[in-house]
Amino acid sequence: MASSLIGSRVERKEDKKFLTGKGRYTADINLANQTYAYFVRSPHARATISKVDISKASNAPGVVKILTGDDLAKDKIGGLIAGWKIVSQDGTDMKCPPHPPLANKAVNFVGDHVAIVIAETLDQAKDAAEKVRVNYKVLKAVVNTGDALNSKAIYDGIDKNLSFDFLLGDKGKTDEAFSKADKIVKLDLVNNRLIPNAMEPRAAIGDYNSSSEELTLYTASQNPHLSRLILSAFNAVHPEHKFRIVAPDVGGGFGSKINAYAEDAVVAWASKKIERPVKWVAERSESFLSDNHGRDHVTHVELALKNDGKITAIRVDTIANLGAYALVLGTVTPTYLYAPLLVGPYDIPTACCNVKAVYTNTAPTDAYRGAGRPEATYVVERIVTEAAKEIGMDQAEFRKKNFINKFPHQQCLVHNIDSGDYHAHLDKALELSDYKNFENRRSQSSAKGKLRGIGFSTYLEACGVAPSAVVMSIGAGVGLWESAEVRFNATGNISVFTGTHSHGQSHDTTFAQIVGDRLGVPIENIDIVHGDTDKGPFGMGTYGSRSLAVGGTAIVKACDKIIEKGRKVAAKMLEAKPEDVDFKDGEFIVKNSNKKKTIGEVAFACYLPGTFGDIKSPLPEGVEPGLMETSFFDPSNFSFPAGSHICEVEVDQDTGETKVVKYTVVDDFGTVINPLIVEGQVHGGVAQGIGQALYENAHYDESGQLITASYMDYTMPRADNFPEIKLGFTSTPATSNPLGAKGCGEAGTIAAPAAVMNAVIDAIDTDISMPATSEKVCNALQKNKKNKEAA
Amino acid sequence: MQKVSLEINGKKVSREIEDHTLLSTLLRDILSLTGTHIGCDTSQCGACVVHVDGKSVKSCTLFAADIHGSKVTTIEGLANNGKMHPMQEAFKKLHGLQCGFCTPGMVMSAVDLLKNNKKPSDQEIRDWLEGNICRCTGYQNIVAAVKEAASKM
Repeated sequence: MASSLIGSRVERKEDKKFLTGKGRYTADINLANQTYAYFVRSPHARATISKVDISKASNAPGVVKILTGDDLAKDKIGGLIAGWKIVSQDGTDMKCPPHPPLANKAVNFVGDHVAIVIAETLDQAKDAAEKVRVNYKVLKAVVNTGDALNSKAIYDGIDKNLSFDFLLGDKGKTDEAFSKADKIVKLDLVNNRLIPNAMEPRAAIGDYNSSSEELTLYTASQNPHLSRLILSAFNAVHPEHKFRIVAPDVGGGFGSKINAYAEDAVVAWASKKIERPVKWVAERSESFLSDNHGRDHVTHVELALKNDGKITAIRVDTIANLGAYALVLGTVTPTYLYAPLLVGPYDIPTACCNVKAVYTNTAPTDAYRGAGRPEATYVVERIVTEAAKEIGMDQAEFRKKNFINKFPHQQCLVHNIDSGDYHAHLDKALELSDYKNFENRRSQSSAKGKLRGIGFSTYLEACGVAPSAVVMSIGAGVGLWESAEVRFNATGNISVFTGTHSHGQSHDTTFAQIVGDRLGVPIENIDIVHGDTDKGPFGMGTYGSRSLAVGGTAIVKACDKIIEKGRKVAAKMLEAKPEDVDFKDGEFIVKNSNKKKTIGEVAFACYLPGTFGDIKSPLPEGVEPGLMETSFFDPSNFSFPAGSHICEVEVDQDTGETKVVKYTVVDDFGTVINPLIVEGQVHGGVAQGIGQALYENAHYDESGQLITASYMDYTMPRADNFPEIKLGFTSTPATSNPLGAKGCGEAGTIAAPAAVMNAVIDAIDTDISMPATSEKVCNALQKNKKNKEAA
Repeated sequence: MQKVSLEINGKKVSREIEDHTLLSTLLRDILSLTGTHIGCDTSQCGACVVHVDGKSVKSCTLFAADIHGSKVTTIEGLANNGKMHPMQEAFKKLHGLQCGFCTPGMVMSAVDLLKNNKKPSDQEIRDWLEGNICRCTGYQNIVAAVKEAASKM
């Protein structure tokens, strides 16, 4: 009975509250005596500030307090931090500008925080904010990624706007391989800047209790413990032991709710100052301006080949735009999460990647669903497609010729891939997509006057961030483990505390399935608790498809400790030796007998160790009462999901309108706990990837104004933009965790952009950058036509 | 200020409100019906969809005073005596929601579709839901859930 939970399409435990309007997001929380905050933000991309005059605004109706960067400095509130130090190839540390939560003498992007206005009502706060007078001296902004290195420095001491110059791989060996290549294929690529757009705008409520001196921050966060650590250790907002962060229901994250933002620090600090709750909820336009953005790379890639189609080397030069400041994962995203994946699922003998990370006067970038891996996959799958075309080989055949075939496989850059079968998922995708009849479909489209194209993307990603041993070996300061506490209550039900956080990922269900399977307790009797630093141990949170592979494993390990303790107690109760007691489906059974105790009975005995028949106490000597166990799991390696996406598009030759008409995905996520949930993760990921390829783009004009700052201007994918996506699975379990799970949250977003763009380029027979909007495609077709006429 | 009287989820409600109070503000901030969500400031996202006199509307686009005397149903009022509406059941069965933030508006919008079109095709469902943005699901299971609900109603 119990073992059937793994791999079962269990309906979600968390759904009912969301479906009946009883979800509780931060904006839904209202506290007694609360005030409302509104932020004064910079309207300029780059300016110095000579004065912030709050005198008129302070006297406006309802105003409680206005605080500026000067107040922050006086209280010694620290700056926002970059979480990972990157070392340049010349051995110097990366350079980071100061990043105060409220501007101190300078603003560096449109939306940068200048002051907080706190009033009795939100309307009053907004009205007063208009009366804050800021004397700006506007300076020329640096906006474009590709121009940043040649532009005048934004910050003193950061020459060429260069934060770091990172190198991974063997440059000498790679250059040599290129010198011996039969063929070299080259591409210049832009990975367009995106805005994550979780549907719940960010929100934060600071609530200081002057009696207990406890500060509570309710915030839409993917990682409340990590935010508390940052806000207490680096921002000095409040001591950690008196600081509680609650991330209640959170409406999507996609990386944009990892950072402890300026607003988090400021409302928490402001609440201490006024000794009243301070509530801030972002308007969508504020989200567009000040949530971290994603991607934004300019890349040159070269691939060295033998005449038979064997890849011998890859060489990549990337300029990555950090935006105005370096954020928590802002520097690790275009380096450790990006560069090691630039050999894809292919057996490439040598590789070299240089990343120059630059500052510009744009919103800071950080992890966005996939974080570095979509950028890497886009580079690899675009150049591989181009190479197959130039060599004149079939796309599938070319990939198969270069796939890694034996596992474990030590890649030339960093990763040791423990398991996989890349031929299996590609073969299955070819079959599901009816690849062999593609040319017929192309002809049918052609008969309707449409151009049809097909694109492949065979991705490999690294999930389960981040095994300390691996990331430290390549220079990262810390790894990221995960915690779990499994707590039996005396009556036999279970509370499970996880350091991960669910904001759509369905942890309440998946983790309950794992515990139910392990301990033989019905999932109705298992409660998964997360999102509150006052409950459960420190945990790193949810991002990088880590919750199951790392957090789920911590839960398994805590369950195993429960079983081991339970075995000793059951043995005493059953008057047997512990080694003679088996545990199966929730029961401790003495071998070769019908003597048994349920785990519920054992839990009760652990908490209330009274008299059981002849037994005075069920607790063996040295065994403490209670039944709760904690585990901290630091994996030995990343996990490596892989898969094949095959996309077909149709292009209207007159309007340039491009539609995805057929989309097939076959993923290898190792062990799947709940296929219903995993399919949902793939659908959503693919939709975001198609969004990047065809619709979405964060566009700044040359003065640094964000032109796409609303849903009227930034094209969010809608229901009518997609066909039904066809899914299939293969499975080679991960060996780095006992579940065999590899992670599934980001795969869709990682693979899809390349598959779609390869299809678009196949259809229109000309290179084009993302997003392939109707306008761009139409112009490309016109240009193509003119070129052909001229020729 | 003016007095507005409405029937909300079957209960009569009267409040003195400012003239510019939006229906979404009345529901969330004055009546604590926080199941109706605000996901944008341009009436694009659809997280705030409720029914006014049986028709789906974006509650952030209406002044509460303008619908004086109307019947309003929000996501909190869709279940009947604790039994979820077939649309809610279908979303649960087919995993039509992840983070849950767009869900109330999505469900209310879909319920209205089935009032107008009892057996919609995939394309008709996708076209109808064009005004509701979901960032999590890729819409596929939402479309499947609406079809499932249609088969049960």
